[in-house]
Amino acid sequence: MYKNFLRYLISAFFLLGLGTSANAEFKVGFVYVGPTGDHGWTYQHHEGRNAVEAAGIKTTFVESVPEGADAERVIRQLAQSGHDLIFTTSFGYMDPTNKVAKDFPNVKFEHATGYKREHSNVSTYSARFYEGRTLLGHIAGKMTKTNTIGYIASFPIPEVIRGINAMTLAAQKVNPNIKTKIVWVFTWYDPGKEAEAAQALIDQGADIIMQHTDSTAPVQTAEKAGVWSFGQASDMQRFAPKSILTSIIDDWAPYYVERAIAARDGTWGQQDTWHGLKEGMVAMAPYNSEMGADLVKEVEQLQKDLASGKAHSFTGPIYDQKGNMLVAEGKVADDGMLAGMSVYVKGVEGDIPK
Amino acid sequence: MSLDISFIGILIGSIMASSVPLILAASGELITERSGVLNLGVEGMMIIGAISGFALMVITDNLFIAIVGSMLSGVIISLIFGFLTQSLLTNHVATGLALTIFGIGLSAMLGKNYVGIPGKEFPVLFSGLKESIPFFGPILFGHSVVLYFAFALPFLTNYFLKKTKLGLVVRAVGDSPVSASNQGINVILVRYCCILYGGAMCGLAGAYLSLIYTPQWIENMTAGRGWIALALVVFATWSPIKVLIGALIFGGITILQLHMQAIGFRIPVQFLSALPYLMTIIVLVVISRDSRKIKLNTPTSLGRIFYKEK
Repeated sequence: MYKNFLRYLISAFFLLGLGTSANAEFKVGFVYVGPTGDHGWTYQHHEGRNAVEAAGIKTTFVESVPEGADAERVIRQLAQSGHDLIFTTSFGYMDPTNKVAKDFPNVKFEHATGYKREHSNVSTYSARFYEGRTLLGHIAGKMTKTNTIGYIASFPIPEVIRGINAMTLAAQKVNPNIKTKIVWVFTWYDPGKEAEAAQALIDQGADIIMQHTDSTAPVQTAEKAGVWSFGQASDMQRFAPKSILTSIIDDWAPYYVERAIAARDGTWGQQDTWHGLKEGMVAMAPYNSEMGADLVKEVEQLQKDLASGKAHSFTGPIYDQKGNMLVAEGKVADDGMLAGMSVYVKGVEGDIPK
Repeated sequence: MSLDISFIGILIGSIMASSVPLILAASGELITERSGVLNLGVEGMMIIGAISGFALMVITDNLFIAIVGSMLSGVIISLIFGFLTQSLLTNHVATGLALTIFGIGLSAMLGKNYVGIPGKEFPVLFSGLKESIPFFGPILFGHSVVLYFAFALPFLTNYFLKKTKLGLVVRAVGDSPVSASNQGINVILVRYCCILYGGAMCGLAGAYLSLIYTPQWIENMTAGRGWIALALVVFATWSPIKVLIGALIFGGITILQLHMQAIGFRIPVQFLSALPYLMTIIVLVVISRDSRKIKLNTPTSLGRIFYKEK
């Protein structure tokens, strides 16, 4: 009896050894919320994956994974099938990622744009898109004739609200009469609906369109209507060559390569990364010459100042819609406040959906 | 907000443009269902039409070929459905669902090389009159030829079903295939034709999205419109005119709720987003509560497999 038990134990040891040696090849998995062909958010993450692959590391990806129960299944599946590092690239994957991470302590997880790191094998990362929004706001404030900026928003989460606020603050600074009109579409990706939202905003007098959704439909609608627009996540210039003033570009590639190599070499540790213009995780596409040389120069200077830390997107005094002070004069908002931002600043119209 | 009369004209114009894919797909599916075939593959056929139309536009640089090609692609993919359900007698529901999944996957694969290519401007008719006549201009003029076709289609469909002999044949096949067969009608052939016609209309609906409405190819760009078209057919109790009304209400409320947000109405946005679905159902249920008419319009043998005993 005792002998048998020992035999089992030994064979189990062997099996375990075999098991790990069979899975020795290092693999990275990616979970995307949209199709890799969205030419926006997911497209840029996929470019990052391509860079990891080019660095000689094996990767797999699953695209168009809905945020919710399906996400957990997909993440679990990737963890089970021998992936050592898994990037989950949408806000809505936050809870599923942490849930799966608990059951797979040896697998490392990287969740984009979230704030929950409930287990030591979960890191979070995001880009300071709001720095890009500040530049867009500056340009919008200068370029608008109707003083109305149309903003297509996806879901009422801090990241989206932060973008709206950063843009509005920057626009107000150069044009105090500015109004930001917001339409919530409650989707990251529905070209038809995004186009309709853009058209509604244009019909309501907006002559600048920007969006926090993932497709190129809004810029095309703007092009058709002859108003200005901005690209989101990737350079969308060729979809609206006349209308686009610039695009915010998310560049995940360096981060993905760095983290994949760290995980492979065993130097990976839990961290919360929030990179911006300075590190290049947020970049700007070339500025449209229609802006005029002076404005381009101004914006380029602001871009440099934001990167060097000389300027900050949320510099006080900042008030909320009711007039309560959020950031005192001469202070800048700290990262904790930015990460949990859930109120509009003064000058934004309407309420945040609850 | 300027609530003047010309603004309302522009608004109605954009509502019409947004309801076109629903009208086309639902009108096509209506004929298919009236012949007793339930094809849940609308979304799949639409997306195939969208990619085929866009790819042909890029390859041939000819919008006419692109439009015709998109309809042909719808015909081809619905032929698969027809063969499976009519010749091999598979279950309609399962086959239709498979068709949708297949269509979405296939279109993504075919479309890999067409992502990121901007579309071409689609010509509109009477654009001069659109500007010069207030209110009626933006409603009646300055649309693509597909839109005019879409708005004529429900009336043509109605006429076809009610006034022509062929329409009677289609209805007979849908209501009682056994009796129709005994009358010497080739039930399978009629159903094949109706399936292919439905496929062509769904293909056109998809091409409207990728060539005219948002001229570009992006994966999954139909974003569930096929399912809405399917629901419209049922809630409109298989009446072509009610399909048109339903599609206009759906498109109208979708666009109105976006405007209400932009104006800043203090109504919860989630409620506004649900409004199109809610209102369409309520209105269609109210206008089609005549049970005698429902019985008259409902294809009794919908979704049932028919085979001729030899």
